[in-house]
Amino acid sequence: MSEQLSYLGIPLSRPKVGFFELSSCEGCQLQLLNNEATLLDFLNLVEIVNFREGMSERADNYDIAFVEGSVTRKDEIARLTEIRKNAKILVALGSCACFGGVNQLKNRFRDLDWVKKEVYGDFPVETMEVHPLADFVQVDLEIFGCPIKKEEVERIVTDLIVGKAVRHPEYPVCMECKANENICLFELGEPCLGPVTRAGCDAWCTSNRRGCWGCRGPAEGANLKQLEEIMHTYGFSSETILDRLECFGGFASFAETLRAQAKKTPARRKKS
Amino acid sequence: MIFKVFKKQELARLYELLAVNVIVGPVGRGNDRHGKPLYDFDVVYDFDELALDYTQTVHSPKRFVLPYQETLSTFAVSRDAWEKHVDLNVYRPLVFFGMHACDINALNKLDLVLAQSAYPNPYYMGKRKNLFIIGIDCNPEPQCFCRSMGTDFAIHGFDLFLTDLGGKYFAEILSATAFGLLSQINCTDPGAKDHTLYKQATSGKNKHYTATVDTSDLTKILDLEFESKAWDYWGEKCLSCGTCANVCPTCYCYGVEEHVDLDLKHASKAKSLHSCNLIDFAKVAGGHNFRPKSASRLKYRYYHKHRGFVEAFEESLCVGCGRCGAACLADITPPAVIASVRGKE
Repeated sequence: MSEQLSYLGIPLSRPKVGFFELSSCEGCQLQLLNNEATLLDFLNLVEIVNFREGMSERADNYDIAFVEGSVTRKDEIARLTEIRKNAKILVALGSCACFGGVNQLKNRFRDLDWVKKEVYGDFPVETMEVHPLADFVQVDLEIFGCPIKKEEVERIVTDLIVGKAVRHPEYPVCMECKANENICLFELGEPCLGPVTRAGCDAWCTSNRRGCWGCRGPAEGANLKQLEEIMHTYGFSSETILDRLECFGGFASFAETLRAQAKKTPARRKKS
Repeated sequence: MIFKVFKKQELARLYELLAVNVIVGPVGRGNDRHGKPLYDFDVVYDFDELALDYTQTVHSPKRFVLPYQETLSTFAVSRDAWEKHVDLNVYRPLVFFGMHACDINALNKLDLVLAQSAYPNPYYMGKRKNLFIIGIDCNPEPQCFCRSMGTDFAIHGFDLFLTDLGGKYFAEILSATAFGLLSQINCTDPGAKDHTLYKQATSGKNKHYTATVDTSDLTKILDLEFESKAWDYWGEKCLSCGTCANVCPTCYCYGVEEHVDLDLKHASKAKSLHSCNLIDFAKVAGGHNFRPKSASRLKYRYYHKHRGFVEAFEESLCVGCGRCGAACLADITPPAVIASVRGKE
């Protein structure tokens, strides 16, 4: 750990990093710890000074803060602001931090008090509607995915340390799905957000015959209008599209427009 | 060319003779949502796995000569030096058992760029030179327009080509290896009846084409119609997802990226096939994007296939297999796009 990091004889600094979680399942952090084959190499690259899920010691002198989770309580805003003050680079880790994630599903309900009552019953906790980190602090880098793909985080951290530009794929999941020689799930009769969702996951779900739910958010220039048309051509209802688009929050603004349109022309329900 | 005929049951024997090698062929991949069988190329381990009456594979055989991802070189990095290791990723010859004429022609077209150009690509050459190809005749699918592209039959680029004559196969032999192999199974010279059956098979196939592309003066028409509204129409539909290029048997564009390993002691250079439809395909250092609009990217894909390549090689880069159109969720097909540019929609 103490040996000087270097690449081709050029000394590199080993950044002090901290991992934090707001409202989340902590699954993204677990992903990193799960990667046993490369864990020692990863730990050699960085000096972890704060990682509640992985160690007992805690310090606030970190250069890079990886923050998992979304903001759903007022005290989390204060905590996030503090982390932002301490860190030189703040990384939003995973879909909750980037878009609100699965948590933001509760924003679909108009009456949040009713939601609270449903979930907590007679033991309410203070919560508010769900926000991504960027609603409160400046986010320097986003790492998408639910959960994040550990290989991607390792690549990004390596790039940061050797001083290489960090880049995300701009194209949609279809590109990686086809490169895995999958048969298109639409042809098999399943809905999929692959055509509009940012790649980088190596078509994790679709390669396992699960339609994409868009956890990585929209690809650059995602053609959502065409996706809507495709969904209808393949016989999927507006509600099916909305269920997927609203799941992780990355497509929130488009989903909102779509929902507003759907309200204007409600589909007739068949009497059962 | 040497022609032979042999009884159908001899084909399994031919397979056994070749089975000391890795054999790739068409295999079933279940059914689509309408119950239509799906096929793809894969390594096979038994003659019975082969679906030689396949319609068309979803993906092209491209990946066996041009993998979607390929490590070009690896580096062992030390304090003040590095050691480069190049692996062409060619480990054994491949036998292709049952390739349609369009795909054989596609490989011939790839050769023009990757094998016969001033700078042959060793990664491609290594794999391409180690292919033994058995072609097989086909029945045109609704999306097939190979006849328009002049790629409905193969003149070269295979070792052996089989045509189904009912109880027999009619075999065209193009290599000494194929001749040697056929001498080990029971086959005869074709007789007058076989000639008739072969001619009937050819004319029978020609009656089944439904899709066509009018290629007359196409290079010039594409030049004239650079500003055509048709490009915007299709561009608006395009998902910029790269599916067309990935299923295409001749799309060969790629990007190269270097990766430093987590241990900082190793690095690699890897190639990935790209698509000119991807939003960042024409993005350069500094962030400028030469083709930020999907309409211009889609247009350039057609210009490469049907104009630029034709001017360079006097033939199109498209073999009319129709896979791109069949795979496109937005239903963008070359016959429709070209017809609309020609004003024939």
